Amino acid sequence: MKKRVVVAMSGGVDSSVTAALLKEQGYEVIGMTMQIWDYTSFTAENGETFGSCCSLDDVYDARRVAESLDIPFYVINFEQDFQQHVIDNFCAEYFAGRTPNPCVLCNQVLKFELLMRKALELEADYLATGHYAQILNEEGRPALFKGLDDTKDQSYFLFTLTPEQMEKTLFPLGGMSKVEVREHATRFNLKVADKAESQDICFVPDGNYVRFLEEECGTGHKNGEIIHHSGQVLGLHQGIYRYTIGQRKGLGLSWSEPLYVIGIDADNCRVIVGEKSLLSRDSFELYRCLWNIPYPDAPLKVECRIRYRHQPVAARVTPLAAGRAKIEFSASQKGVTPGQAAVFYWGERVIGGGWIV
Amino acid sequence: MKQIYLDHNASAPLKAEVLERMLPYLTQHHGNPSSIHWAGRAVCGALETAREQLASLINADPAEIVFTSGGSESNNFVLKGTAEVLAQTGRHIITTAVEHPAVLEACQFLEKRGWRVSYLPVDGRGQLDLNHLENLISAQTALISVMWANNETGGLFPIEAIGQIARRHNVIFHTDMVQAIGRVLVDVKQATLDLASISGHKFGAPKGVGALYVRSGTLLEPLVHGGHQERNRRGGTSNVASIIGLGAASYIAQRDFEQNCFYLGRLRTRLEEGLFSAIKGLHLNGAVDTGNRLLNTLNLSFEGVSGESLLLNLDMKGIAASSGSACSSGTLEPSHVIAALGVDPLLAQSSIRFSLGVENNSDEIDYVLRELPPLIDRLRKMNKTA
Repeated sequence: MKKRVVVAMSGGVDSSVTAALLKEQGYEVIGMTMQIWDYTSFTAENGETFGSCCSLDDVYDARRVAESLDIPFYVINFEQDFQQHVIDNFCAEYFAGRTPNPCVLCNQVLKFELLMRKALELEADYLATGHYAQILNEEGRPALFKGLDDTKDQSYFLFTLTPEQMEKTLFPLGGMSKVEVREHATRFNLKVADKAESQDICFVPDGNYVRFLEEECGTGHKNGEIIHHSGQVLGLHQGIYRYTIGQRKGLGLSWSEPLYVIGIDADNCRVIVGEKSLLSRDSFELYRCLWNIPYPDAPLKVECRIRYRHQPVAARVTPLAAGRAKIEFSASQKGVTPGQAAVFYWGERVIGGGWIV
Repeated sequence: MKQIYLDHNASAPLKAEVLERMLPYLTQHHGNPSSIHWAGRAVCGALETAREQLASLINADPAEIVFTSGGSESNNFVLKGTAEVLAQTGRHIITTAVEHPAVLEACQFLEKRGWRVSYLPVDGRGQLDLNHLENLISAQTALISVMWANNETGGLFPIEAIGQIARRHNVIFHTDMVQAIGRVLVDVKQATLDLASISGHKFGAPKGVGALYVRSGTLLEPLVHGGHQERNRRGGTSNVASIIGLGAASYIAQRDFEQNCFYLGRLRTRLEEGLFSAIKGLHLNGAVDTGNRLLNTLNLSFEGVSGESLLLNLDMKGIAASSGSACSSGTLEPSHVIAALGVDPLLAQSSIRFSLGVENNSDEIDYVLRELPPLIDRLRKMNKTA
């Protein structure tokens, strides 16, 4: 009996190659695309339609790839779930003065809970995606590892995966480089072989997240003062959600030295700015931590990554009560941003992570 | 894998007899029926025969048949064509909440242009309140548009009674009878219809052809300008082979009507009774009385199961059914028809439509009866543990 696998197909190169490879390896493959956002509601100023993850054009591409592979293909409508689990959180985080990471949540809830469930309902043995990450056996249990291609590694976005989910997950591209994947795409004669990489956040195809937030939640929220960390008021701003840690542009301030956003005080609607040296931090706290190793009862030495594409740095993690943890870097780091995930590694292996307070 | 097609309300297969009649008009006779020469004449006669065949099926005069590209064009033709002609007399339309999108969205288009549209609700059994309908009629009412048979539930509306009301108030009456043709005895005169939409591919003709019945003397502005075809009512070179297919399918539908009804009714009862005896927590949506329902249609809600999951699982077993209506990307939207029936939203999400055709047989129904109950069991168990 062939093993049945549902492939999450976005219409891009990676998930298309994933489906083609699994079919070639003898799996019974079913393609599924998550319809998560109604792109017809978004029209750019110049009237162009943006191609981005899960837009109608991409659903079309995914469908054409599935047809060329001769596999069943279904579009699953997750618009409500996406709104509830990802968009609402995205807005709430910005309005709370944090910089959210919707991709981690989307993987956690949409792909590996809801889509996984659809796959299991179809009696699939596995859910497969085109992520650059690896699931390897570690002392009898599945463990998450970085993708072999360090420039493409997406393990950061997947730190929430549970062992139960990993047992039912395949990442066929985890051991490949992007170049190899493109070669496979050409070998399989996939029409999407030359398609550009998707960029930015999929539901903000123009990259203008301020426009998005104001369309979703209206304008006029969270206006207030911009203050220097010494306490001096330097100016006014049009909403704390327009600012993120490390931001320098768009502050409109004159000061003897360049100023950067170093903090956001949501309760008082204040954006706190300071000199470059103040961007660096030696330690910070996490909440909602998850562990892929037995819960540690003593401080651990790890390498910690504080955003996607951040080079992990040596740090000490001290677990605290209520799912919190304290991180102390061996050398201070810039850009510790509340709302982003911090992920812990032991070499290539992901051992846990949490959300920056 | 077995392939069992139970989605005839979406589209029915082209009948072999129909294809045979069409083929010469694809391979040999290429003339334009409007041309005066031999090549045109060879086609023109066949086109008129098709018109007579369709007219005979619905008891119309052949001159009252306008060929179109299908049901959606016919419905748009009626609403926009009537609006154009009657804008001076009144800007009010009465329709129902459960019409096909081709009617509902054309109505919404007219609303944007200043028309008022009344959407009659239905009760839990899918029925209209005819007193309510009559009370809605005013001097401004230009058109009443009520479907004959509902595509999702198979529910039938009392078209003759509505026709009498319309006639009494001198209002133009249109029916979308796309699902009724070949499955219900249709007589446009007895139903006092002014306009009626027909689609070929629901009863054995090819896709992309249909017709509009326009009672002699009914004013209607063309939707497609640009030619004297169809007595100046629809421009464009005639879709010859498909129209001949529509004629042939009409002939067959009339010839085999009683036999088909008997057969379909028996098959549907086998499916309906089989499912109800094997599965608990099953609900019939709309048209609870068998007499008020198309013989081939069965719309069911399965407690504790998502219609989407059920549909995909049925597909994996080779059983083609449907749920809601497919949107542009092929995802499933909650059905406006099931919602209009007042069905609990959770149950509405669990609805599945089976629509049978004469190509189906009892072995296929028995296959569904074997496969579906364990599938429902499994999905319910998964939902409980989730």
